[in-house]
Amino acid sequence: MKKGVEMKHTLSVLVENKPGVLARVAELFARRGFNIDSLAVGTTERPDISRMTIVVDVEGKSLEQVRKQLHKLINVIEIVDLDPEESVSRELVLVKIKVTPETRSEVIEIVDIFRGNIVDVSRESVIVEVTGSSRKLEAFEDLVRVYGIKELVRTGKVALPRGK
Amino acid sequence: MKMTGAQALVKSLEAEGVEILFGIPGGVLLPVFDALYRSPIRKVLTRHEQGAAHMADGYARATGRVGVCMATSGPGATNLVTGIANAYMDSIPLVAITGQVATNLIGTDAFQEADTTGITMPIVKHNYLVKDPRDIPDVVQEAFYLARTGRPGPVLIDLPVDVSRGELNYRRSERVDLPGYKPTYKGHRRQIKLAAQAILSARKPILFVGGGVITSNATEEVRALAEEEHIYVTHTLMGKGAFPETHPLSIGMLGMHGTRTANYVMCETDLIIGVGVRFDDRVTGKLSEFAPNARVIHIDIDPAEIGKNVEAHIPIVGDAKTVLKELLAVLRELKKGHDPVDRREWNAQIEEWKARYPYNYDRSGPGLKPQFVVEKLYELTKGEAIICTEVGQNQMWAAQFYKVERPRQFITSGGLGTMGFGFPAAIGAQLGRPGELVIDIAGDGSFLMNSQELATAVLEGTPVKVAILNNGYLGMVRQWQQLFYNRTYSCSCLHRERRCPDFAALARAYGAMGITVTDPEQVEGAILDALNAECPVVIDFQVEPEENVYPMVAPGAPLYDMIGDLLYPVEKVHPEKAEEPFL
Ligand SMILES: Cc1ncc(C[n+]2csc(CCOP(=O)(O)OP(=O)(O)O)c2C)c(N)n1
Ligand SMILES: [Mg+2]
Repeated sequence: MKKGVEMKHTLSVLVENKPGVLARVAELFARRGFNIDSLAVGTTERPDISRMTIVVDVEGKSLEQVRKQLHKLINVIEIVDLDPEESVSRELVLVKIKVTPETRSEVIEIVDIFRGNIVDVSRESVIVEVTGSSRKLEAFEDLVRVYGIKELVRTGKVALPRGK
Repeated sequence: MKMTGAQALVKSLEAEGVEILFGIPGGVLLPVFDALYRSPIRKVLTRHEQGAAHMADGYARATGRVGVCMATSGPGATNLVTGIANAYMDSIPLVAITGQVATNLIGTDAFQEADTTGITMPIVKHNYLVKDPRDIPDVVQEAFYLARTGRPGPVLIDLPVDVSRGELNYRRSERVDLPGYKPTYKGHRRQIKLAAQAILSARKPILFVGGGVITSNATEEVRALAEEEHIYVTHTLMGKGAFPETHPLSIGMLGMHGTRTANYVMCETDLIIGVGVRFDDRVTGKLSEFAPNARVIHIDIDPAEIGKNVEAHIPIVGDAKTVLKELLAVLRELKKGHDPVDRREWNAQIEEWKARYPYNYDRSGPGLKPQFVVEKLYELTKGEAIICTEVGQNQMWAAQFYKVERPRQFITSGGLGTMGFGFPAAIGAQLGRPGELVIDIAGDGSFLMNSQELATAVLEGTPVKVAILNNGYLGMVRQWQQLFYNRTYSCSCLHRERRCPDFAALARAYGAMGITVTDPEQVEGAILDALNAECPVVIDFQVEPEENVYPMVAPGAPLYDMIGDLLYPVEKVHPEKAEEPFL
């Protein structure tokens, strides 16, 4: 697990906001056999530019290839390999957790500890939203698994370098 | 100025200096062909879109200009795909323009709709789906700029029919603005200095040149480097012509069917100066045993090529010509007051190999040898023809026995290995270089893959010559089956008792000249007849069916392990050597 964490790199990729850019990036990863852990795309402060945050599970020579090949895409403007120490990253998870009258308050307590929010409640389940580092989300998932996770979705990581 | 999208396209092509384009019209391209009708651009109507793409490619390789091809939506576009992939693999500047169904029909599986930009994404440098006629001038300008700058490559423009018919106010931008595209031309100064020092202290250096040298017009600089530092030169298949092959410092081609000398040199060298090469599997052999003693200087305009296959100790990203110029200047400066390294032993070793291991074949037999045909072509054309090749044994014999002196003289499908490339490429080359003699050295299998372009050759008045080394086999496949699959000739025999087709008759059916040659005695006369003819000529050389290309490094074997020539008989082949039996 520790080793796995070290292999992961978060690439912050600025791209021109043009149709097909996501397809180009996805195609490149597929064609060259690079694995993507997660990929999040969104707008930036500039309407003509989007940011992709791509978490890749590669090291050394392969990472170098990923970066260089990405750079060759005409719509890719800049690629930064974010140093975890020098950047802030967040991810959001939505989890639908099974609850019974007995377990409901326990679940709420855990959610509070993780500063999550309950965003939907029904008789048999609650939907919880938790934000944080990937580690924190994994810890949360581990804790609530015993109650029964009915459905789960994660956004993938987004990140920015820290201010200098 | 107000005009239609189609008119703007044509005006933009003219503004790019396009003099010729290759293609076939179709429903959604009608507005474009209508606008082209009155343009001074020469339109070459091909008989297959693959032919159009290869002609544009051959034209680009022979002239250094951007080749342009056109096809309609759906099947027209998919027929271009092989040609685009071929140009992509060999970094050839090409602009492909395809028609597309109207924007409101895209995604509905409309008649002749195909996702052309999606299909071609992995085989283009970039592509565009134009949605607004007003974008046409900029898109065309960008496409040509991208195709010819940096590491060249194909760019595709997909043009829906309503966009061609729509209106715009034409205006051409001063220059292109692509924030994500800034190729590096100038090499890093410090790296160049390191390279110069490495060269001056190397005991066993070798200069290794590829297609990038030709693209960059760096042949003079390569020659200066070789001569001033007295360094021998080997080249890739794509690098044929980057350095004169008759030069005393040339040791010929490297790799699978390269010279013994070049392959031995790579095993011993202590410094590879790689320029415009990508160290692909056909030249490195078994990667883990490639050049075990060498430090590597790698000069290439594409940073992604550096360190991709072979580690570079001194990487230099930049244009070959610009970097070599700078390197030469630094070398000249550093050499002052520097005692040159004694390389006499290395040079003597190379000379000994060269003398001992020229390309060879058994000249004793009564039959007609394909190598003999190529030798005769070389002799009778004084080595001056532009040679195109098909793929397979014919390609390798052409590379081995037709020595070229200058860049853009040898045109071959290196990266993709596309059968059917050579003939249309020859037509394109001939149209780009009307005064030159253009010969396609072909295989009987490959030629049939685009022989319909005989019609184009005849009607466009291109006097290309096709020399078919007709062995009745998919010869290279048969050679691998012989060596690695126990002579099981599964689906590699094209014809045996009954020759099919009669290539000379086929040529005549199109109005070209056809000659059949069965005997070594007839070779010279047939070639001279072809050279004297002013029309396209097909010569059917019926050669020995089971001749092999040697030497050969089995796929996956190290370079020193060459098989099958007079010194190393075929009996020594071990099928298990073929770690990756692919063709
Ligand atoms: C389009 C395509 N299909 C298949 C192949 C695989 N292939 C490589 S060489 C070869 C045989 C070529 O036969 P021919 O043109 O007669 O040339 P020869 O080797 O006999 O000189 C084949 C089938 C290929 N390179 N290209
Ligand atoms: Mg053949």
